[in-house]
Parts: sequence; C-alpha cells; structure tokens
Amino acid sequence: MSQNSQSQEEFRRKLARAKTKDLIAKILVYLELIIMAIIVIYPVIWIVGSAFNPKANISSPTPIPANATLDNFKYLFEKTNYVSWYKNTLYVAVLTMFFSVVVNTLTAFIFARFDFKGRKTGLLTVMVLQMFPSFLGMTALYMLALNFGLLNNLNMLVIVYVAGSIPGNIWVVQGYMLNLPKSLDEAAYIDGASKIQIYWYVILPLAVPIIAFIAVTSFMGPWMDYMLPRFLINKNEMKTLAVGIFDLIKGNEGTKYTVFAAGSLLVAVPIATLYIYFQKYLLEGLTAGANKGE
Amino acid sequence: MKNIVALCSAVVSGSGQLLNKQYIKGLFFFLFQALFWFIELSTGTWNVITGNIPNADVPSAAFREAGYFTSGFWGLITLGNTARATTKQVVYDHSIALLINGLITLLVFLIFAFIYIWGIRDAYKTRKQIEKGIIKSSKEYLHDLWEDAFEYIMITPATILVMFVSIIPIMFAFLTAFTNYNTTNIPPKNLVEWVGFQTYKDVLTIPIWGKTFVGVFIWTVIWSFSASFTVYALGLLQAVFINNKFVKAKRFWRSIYILPWAIPSFVSILVFRTMLNINGPINSLLISAGLIDKKIGFLTDPTAARITLIAVNLWLGFPYFMALISGVLNTISEEIYEAADLDGANGFQKFRTITLPMAIQATAPLIVMNLTFNFNNFSLIYFLTDGGPANPAYQMAGRTDILISWIFKLTLDNRMYNYASVFSIFIFIIIASFSTWNLLRTRAFKEG
Repeated sequence: MSQNSQSQEEFRRKLARAKTKDLIAKILVYLELIIMAIIVIYPVIWIVGSAFNPKANISSPTPIPANATLDNFKYLFEKTNYVSWYKNTLYVAVLTMFFSVVVNTLTAFIFARFDFKGRKTGLLTVMVLQMFPSFLGMTALYMLALNFGLLNNLNMLVIVYVAGSIPGNIWVVQGYMLNLPKSLDEAAYIDGASKIQIYWYVILPLAVPIIAFIAVTSFMGPWMDYMLPRFLINKNEMKTLAVGIFDLIKGNEGTKYTVFAAGSLLVAVPIATLYIYFQKYLLEGLTAGANKGE
Repeated sequence: MKNIVALCSAVVSGSGQLLNKQYIKGLFFFLFQALFWFIELSTGTWNVITGNIPNADVPSAAFREAGYFTSGFWGLITLGNTARATTKQVVYDHSIALLINGLITLLVFLIFAFIYIWGIRDAYKTRKQIEKGIIKSSKEYLHDLWEDAFEYIMITPATILVMFVSIIPIMFAFLTAFTNYNTTNIPPKNLVEWVGFQTYKDVLTIPIWGKTFVGVFIWTVIWSFSASFTVYALGLLQAVFINNKFVKAKRFWRSIYILPWAIPSFVSILVFRTMLNINGPINSLLISAGLIDKKIGFLTDPTAARITLIAVNLWLGFPYFMALISGVLNTISEEIYEAADLDGANGFQKFRTITLPMAIQATAPLIVMNLTFNFNNFSLIYFLTDGGPANPAYQMAGRTDILISWIFKLTLDNRMYNYASVFSIFIFIIIASFSTWNLLRTRAFKEG
C-alpha cells in the first residue's frame, strides 16, 4: 500500500468515526428533547383527562379516561358559582389592567422625564416597599377595607392590585422611557406641546411594548392571586377563580379533583393562549425590569 | 412685613395671601384650614367642654368620643383602655382598629399640616417678591403653580394609592412588632399594649424561636440557590439543544416547552400536589411499571418533599430562562462559531468559550432577580407542601417551610402577629441589604 492511500484510509476512518459520534450526539439530543417533552406534557394531559373523567378517582395511572364525560363541567356550571367567579375575575382583571396602565405610565413618565425634588427618594422608597413581605400588611388591609366598607367588594381588589403594581412597574417603565431619545420631547416642546401632550403623543406611542407588558401582567395577576381575595372576600358568589378553584380541592365540601381539573382547564386554556401570544412583550419587560437600565 | 404676613397665615390660613392681595389663593388655603376644623369639630361630641359625658363610667370616654384627629391620636398612643368584657357591652376599644385608624389619622393630619406650612411659606415668599417689586396675580400664580407643580400633581394618584395600600399596612406591621398582639391578646376581648422591645427579647432569648429561625433560614438559602441554579441550568441546556443546527422543527419544540410558563402557576402546582399525593397517579404509575415496590411520600417524607419542591420548581421555571436564553443565542453571530471551527474547536469547547459566557453575561441580572424571587416564593411552598411535613422541633414551621411561608403560618394560622412582625423586619433587613448592594451596582442608579 502506498503512503498516499494509507493516509486516505485513515482519513476515511476518522470521518466515519466523526459521523458516528455526530449521530450519537444527535440521538442523545433528540432523546433529551423527547424526554423533556413528555415530562412537560404529562401533567397537562393528566389535567385534560381528569377534567373528562367520570369518576372522582385520581389514582388512575392512565391519564386518558375510558369513557369521557362532560359531567364535571356540568357540575361546575350548575352546582358551583363558577360562572360568577369567572365574571368577577374578568371584571377585576380588566379594571386592574386599565388603571395599572394609566397610573404606571403617567407616573413613570414623570420619573423618567422630569428632575424634581424627591425623585430619587421616591424611586428608592418604592424599591424598599417592594421588599416587605406583602401579606404582613393583610391584617391592615382587611381593617382598611372594613373601615371603608369595602369588604366583599371587587373594587377593593382592583385598588389593591393597582397600588401593588406601582412599586415594581415604576422601575421597569421609567427605565424603558429613559432609553427613549429625549430629543423627541425637546422638538415637541419647541413646537409648543404641553407636558401632557408630550406624554400622550410622543411617549405613549413609543412605549407600546412596555405598555403591553404592564397590560398583560396586570391582567394576569387577578387570575393567579389567591391571598388577597381570600382575605377580602368571604361571600361565595364574590370569589375570584383562584380561591373558588382551590376551595374545590381544599374546601369544606370535600375534595372534587375532577371538577377542580375541569375548572382549571377552563382557566388555563385562555390564559396560556394569551401568554404564548404575548410572550415577546413579557420577555422584553422582564428583561428590562431586571436590568433596570443597566 | 414679610414676617407679619407669614404670622397671619400661621394663625388663619389664607390671611397672609389676603394681605398680599391674592384672593383666590387665599381662599384655597383658608378652605383647607376650615375643612380641617370642620372635620375635627363635626366628628366629636366634645363632652370634655360641656361636661356632659354619656358613658362617664368608662374611663377616657371624653377622648374616645372627641373629634376625628384627637380621638385618632389618642387611640394610636394608648391603643384603648377598655376591653370588651361581655358580648353585650356597647362601648369598648378594639386596639387594632384604633392602631390602624390612628395611622390613617396621622397620614391625613400630615397632609393638612403640609398644606398649612405651604401656605405660610407661600405668603412669606410672595411678600418678599412684592417687596422686590414683582407682583403676580392669583391667576398667574395658579398658572405658574401648574407648571411648577405639574410633576407633583401627576404623581399624586400613585402616591395616595401607595400610601394607603403599601405604606399604612407596612407601618402597621412594623408597629405590631412593638406590641403584644398575638393569640393571647385578640381584640376586642383583650387589649393590645405597647411593649417596646419585649418581643425582640423573647425571640432572642427563647431558644425554640432562634432554632426555628436559623433552621428555616438555612433551608431558605439552600432552597433559593438550588432552585434558581437548577432552573437556569436546565433553561440554558434546553435553549442550547433546541438551537442546535441539526434540530428540526424548532418552533414545535419551543411551543411545547413554553407550556409550563403559560399555564397559571397555581393550577399547575395544585395539579402536581394531586399527582404527587401518596395515593396519586405518579405512585400508581411507578408501581405498575415495577420501578418501585413501596409508595413514595413525595410530599410527606422530609427529604423527598424538599427534592420534590426543587423538581416542581424546575418544571415551572425552566421555560422562562429557555425562552430568554434562546433570544440571546440568536444574537450570537455565526461567524464566531465558524472562526472557532477553523481553530478546530469541538462542540463542547464552543459551548464553554462562546455560548455560555455570552448567555450568562446577558442574563446574569435575571439570575439575581430569580434568587430574590425564590427567596420569597410563597405560592409554590404554600400550594405544594404547605410547609409540611411537620417538624415538632420547630415553632410552628414544617420541614419545607421557607421564611415567608413560616411567617404566613405565624400570622394567619397561629395569630402570632408580633413575632411574625419581628421576623419580617429581620427578613426585610436581609433582603434590603442584598438588593441595595445589587442596586448600587447598576448604572441607572449611579446616573440617577
């Protein structure tokens, strides 16, 4: 065998080895992807299966029931206040979203664009406020609601959610607005625009991504929050979904896992759809929040 | 002369402005002072003055029934002096209501005081300008005021909201740490009293409190670090795998993995709670598959419960980091990798020297944020294990309780409000120093 063909042989062998290695790597990566997908999807399938399961038996290892039924949904609509809970939550969520956007963008605009006495103190104060475990104030909030006759009142939830959204969002939004070129405002000033007009016509249109972030997060909040409605609402028909659903498995009426699953499914589907649809804005907002203009 | 107008304003708000011939402004300040006195006088019965005290047998009834501000401050300072002995008793003090009303009174009073002082200063300043020959009408003044005070007027709604919903509750919690408000003193049956630093002393001298705090604190730290680290690592791994050149249908994989992030977390946590139940489907599945022969107490065995928490958190949390890191990876230019290929770097070397540093650099602040989030990740602990299994060696804490869930139990299940407040102040100091350190490093703050 000549020198040349020998090295060629070796090269071919190396190539083959590299190919097998590549193939093994590919198989491993795909294997990992598939296993992870199963782990992610299993609970999702399980909850869908349970929602249609005729028996309240939770231990069945096969997630898809043999004889699917809509009984759980029927129970949900006929025997519980599910529809009211849904309406309540939607009402609170929409109002919270609207007022959070208004208050947060306006306040953040002031913090981002004006240098006034107390600006830094204000920013530091909200940062510090955020660090205090919020439910310690629950007793106080309860007493406040009692004082102002706002117990069992959905508007009280809206007030608290909007107020609660301020400390966290001010940083995010003002950080975002700081990055908008100031020359735009200045040009508008020269054209005779007032401060309010600048907010409305210059800043808001540019801040749409961050507005979307606030709108989505503050809309989602009431669907997920359990603690506040637990404290401020005790009438069954005034509950929000998180409390209502949780009570299905932990309440006095005993545990109704399959009804719980059906109820959860009807919450999870629209919320998950919204999340996936708006994920771009959510990621952007969260990143902006963490960097705080770094 | 400027001292005289200031003095006039100090006696009757608005009178200084009147002397300065700024009538609208004067009326504005006057109305505020009038409102103050109206509130105070119209809300009380003022039996101190008339000597006609209806509940004369009840001590300090005069103060209790005095005007809004007087009775408010009286309540805040004394927390009342008459417990409800029988359910039929009509006049009694509810210490906690008095404390909160006192706080509200204090805030309202400060707002009035602010306007009062502003009126005096304004009269003084305007007169000074008049003496210099600059004369502004009230109308001009209002216009200037709008321009000058624009910032403050615009942040007023947010300030009021934060005051009532954040500051009053926090002040309340803070003050509770200096009272004996706990399960043995529940108003209105009992009175709550100011006890100074007694609760702090108890916490430091009664061993079980210290033991619980240290034990729970250590687990909280272990938990936050391992939860944040695992979530980040899996997110990174998943992002790198999906972004691999040869992986087909990237969108498909990504939309599967994003699901845990999109589903409302309390729903998924409750589903896990059900699935991981000792008689739940996971145990049945493992047994029927022959992998185990005895049911595992995922949520009831101390060690298993801790591992379960980290695993469930991993399920919930990795998609967010995956999505985030995927975004970063897409911005790394192909050329860097091609250059590395030419230098003969293998896959792992490329990952270690290019992908990892760039991903970490872009997402490092989020790791810190995730750390603080997990430090206070109340809902996962509460909904999944509820802090359990129980630990008899601890004061009201289970084996998986983190500080925040322990404080929750102290507050809501056991009504140890004063102790809970003391520990929250401790936690607050820990988190505040950590966050301040983190904040001081950021450019946003340095440039202010």
